[in-house]
Amino acid sequence: MSDNGAVLDVKNVTVTYETDKGPLHTVRNVSLKIAPGEIYGLVGESGSGKTTLARAVVRYLPANGKITSGSIKLSDTDLYQLPREEVRKIWGSRVTMVHQDPNASINPSMLIGDQIAEMARIHLGMNKKQARDRAIEMLTRVRMPDPESVAKRYAHQLSGGMLQRVLIATAMSTNPEFMIMDEPTTALDVTTEAVILDLIHELMADYNTAILFITHNLGVVARLCDKIGVLYAGEIMEEGSIDEVFKKRLHPYTRGLLGCVPRVDASKKDISLSSIPGYIPRPDDLPDGCIFAPRCELVEDACEKERPPLKEIAENHFSACRRVDQLQEKIERKDELREHHEEELGDIVLEARNIKKYFPFTPGIGSLFGSKKAELKAVDDISVRMRSSFTMGIVGESGCGKTTLARCIAGIEEATSGEIELQGKLLAYSVKKRPHDTLKKIQMVFQNPDASLNPQHPAGDSVARPLILLRDMSRKEVREKVKELFKAVSLPEDYIKRLPHELSGGEKQRVAIARAFAADPALMICDEPISSLDVSVQASLMNLLTELQDSAGTSYLFISHDLSAVRHISDWIAVVYLGRLWEIGSAEDVFIPPYHPYTEALLSAIPIPDPEVKQDRIRLKGSVPSPLNIPSGCRFHTRCPRKYGKICEKEEPPWQDMEDGHRICCHIPLEELRELQGDGLLKKSSAGGGS
Amino acid sequence: MALANGEEKKKAGVSYLGKFFPRLRRYPTTYIGFAIILAFLFIAIFGPMIAPYHYSQQNLALRLDPPSEEHIFGTDQFGRDIYSRILVGSRDVLTVAGSGTALAVFFGLLLGLFSGYRGGLFDEMVMRAMDVILSIPPLLLAMVILFALGPSRVNVILVVGFLYIPMVARVVRSVVLELKTRQFVEAARMRGESSLYILYKEILPNVLPSLAVEASMRFSYSIFLVASLGFLGLGVQPPSPDWGLMVGEARTWFYQAQWVLYFPAGAIALLVVGVGFMSDGLRRMLLPGGVSDVG
Repeated sequence: MSDNGAVLDVKNVTVTYETDKGPLHTVRNVSLKIAPGEIYGLVGESGSGKTTLARAVVRYLPANGKITSGSIKLSDTDLYQLPREEVRKIWGSRVTMVHQDPNASINPSMLIGDQIAEMARIHLGMNKKQARDRAIEMLTRVRMPDPESVAKRYAHQLSGGMLQRVLIATAMSTNPEFMIMDEPTTALDVTTEAVILDLIHELMADYNTAILFITHNLGVVARLCDKIGVLYAGEIMEEGSIDEVFKKRLHPYTRGLLGCVPRVDASKKDISLSSIPGYIPRPDDLPDGCIFAPRCELVEDACEKERPPLKEIAENHFSACRRVDQLQEKIERKDELREHHEEELGDIVLEARNIKKYFPFTPGIGSLFGSKKAELKAVDDISVRMRSSFTMGIVGESGCGKTTLARCIAGIEEATSGEIELQGKLLAYSVKKRPHDTLKKIQMVFQNPDASLNPQHPAGDSVARPLILLRDMSRKEVREKVKELFKAVSLPEDYIKRLPHELSGGEKQRVAIARAFAADPALMICDEPISSLDVSVQASLMNLLTELQDSAGTSYLFISHDLSAVRHISDWIAVVYLGRLWEIGSAEDVFIPPYHPYTEALLSAIPIPDPEVKQDRIRLKGSVPSPLNIPSGCRFHTRCPRKYGKICEKEEPPWQDMEDGHRICCHIPLEELRELQGDGLLKKSSAGGGS
Repeated sequence: MALANGEEKKKAGVSYLGKFFPRLRRYPTTYIGFAIILAFLFIAIFGPMIAPYHYSQQNLALRLDPPSEEHIFGTDQFGRDIYSRILVGSRDVLTVAGSGTALAVFFGLLLGLFSGYRGGLFDEMVMRAMDVILSIPPLLLAMVILFALGPSRVNVILVVGFLYIPMVARVVRSVVLELKTRQFVEAARMRGESSLYILYKEILPNVLPSLAVEASMRFSYSIFLVASLGFLGLGVQPPSPDWGLMVGEARTWFYQAQWVLYFPAGAIALLVVGVGFMSDGLRRMLLPGGVSDVG
């Protein structure tokens, strides 16, 4: 241990990349200390240099990256001065890493047990037998069910959550002093994420490892970490203990980031989300003064002249803002209150009844011999009804059939059975057979902004095409309308001529929204439109969607696995699991008990960016069963934390109605659910902080 | 997410061409490749004007004369100037290999586009037919066809085109298969675009980079094939100054006069290397993953 007891002590590190255009200083003057057993959360938007910093502190940079100044100490070892060969010995033994994508981090052609044993053999000098025992021991430590058999399996035989556990087991197997976790839960479902976060938390009690935890999710930091550092464009803006930083928020950037996260206790009817205007500056184009000044709302002339250093405001709480005093005065979150719209029931736009979509499925080599065909029941009897100017949120874990349902309604996928009625008219299953005038009424915004625009077409052409094809406009009208649409989605007019690769992810999604609105749709299907974007971009897109709905009266079918986003934007919420609906009701009702045990588990898994909120811990076991082999009775009984009894395995549960159309499909009587679930999951220990 | 990482930085809006040239600079072989091809193109166009002698002008007094001031590449068995013959012969190689490639690219593109987009039985039939062509060694198949049709310039072009259709079709099809699941294609289907519009406007522009790379590779293989057929006497007929044919004829005189073989063979090699460099450079410039861009 070094004199101050920190495992990792980084001082004034600057990382420089050699590029064609000259040196780029992507991380500048960053210092951080992590004590044994401490979890340090590093947050920031994409492009802020989180991963570069993490790799730099263990000297794991690509060939053109270099640490150009500073010092790095790992306990007593001076990592910065150490020759390359020595550093390699430290990797894997004293320093380990858990990556974001578990599928890419595990060798698919090697047994799980052998992979963990390899670490023990190389770094701990164990023989084969000892290493094997060590692997089983590690798998047991990460609470892997049946570790002996898991050790003999390959990566493709495990689910994402299990793979992430294997990675954690591998990283922990050499008992490292320091561990980097780079977005380890980002690729996972909320429910799995919650389980993994619990696991990391529990393991911390047994090991004394210092952890650098990189994430863009403030809720995850609040739940797991002891300390937080907010990184922006390669510099730390604020650093301190979790409680201090989340309570006081002594930097406008921290405040902005937290303001972007939708709250589970308010919806678009009450507030619009605050968002941070502008973009993160590129490392070759930094402002002279405070690097956050161009996007800051507290900016004054002096901010733009000199770059403020990181100052200690309170004990162990640092901020790089000149105007900390003003920030200390007003702590309250400034949500813009919206006029509460009185709800009036619009006309029914879409009615989908008993939609089913079965995919024929013949496993593996059997298809060669014409073996019996199985059916993959992606959507199994779902009905939804939507009114105009109304948002229906659909939530559920991945693989539950949300997207397939949307694609059936859109007609890209042909439903197996059921009825789709648009404004009173029955629609054909396939989009090819639908008449022209109904085509324009259903539009879709897709998940991946990179794939949803043609890379060879200028943004304006993408938006213009539906105008020409579906609305028969003349060339002049089209030009005017494109300008109008770009204005409506807040993009400058010169973007009309840009190609998609010249736009950021958020801007591409705005173009996609403009394209969808160009057809003047009655129903817009949003399939996870914001999930691959940064929080500040998410917030501004949700505000945009809300504004457009107010002015155009379009209905949205909003699919997401992010419950807080769905809560914010939706009027009604439908909870889907294994191709069926389990609960449906207004957004307010679904979030207060009694709720379906599945909804309850989803809600308790939401990472809430407020360390004072105490959530009940309801965790789901295992992963979603395969839709090829749906459990009998209630489909949820295999994972249900509140399983009622034998009846759940035998009989399909009935729908139970409550007030205002709120319905639950469960065997447990409502009164009993109400009693079990008490006041709900989201309790606050004191009435401070946000609300 | 890591995905958005590069994107945010790209914001300033560098034009497509602007990004080409720094990349080009990093790979000097690309420049060399382009220079070689330009030089050969120049020779093909102006060859007969630069050539000091007529390609078929015989001088029996000077048979198999070693390289000298009058005949810098020496003379062949009929006393013809090899230098002049190579200059003029470049025209044959480039036009025959070029037209053959163009033919393969055109039909391969059509087949690949429709086969990939339509899928189903049509796709299955087209691809199996392609497999049949691919299963026979190309030189053997070319020889069989040329024996049947009789050797001539046009027939060589047809054979080269025919033999390379499957390769082009396969590459195009694989790109189309990936593109047609992209969401911009789904968006087009949702607004009721016709299949032809989707193929032509949405998919084709995104196939072109891969097609350009494939075409340049096919071109270098075509040069080989044309030269090989010439060597076997199945290509352009004498007295045309075909490089492959010249190498073939030179075999007999190799022990007396090695230059007769070296110069035409060297010309073939140089051209193929040039095209190879260019195709390598095209791949680095046009296809993602070919270049590691940091920053």
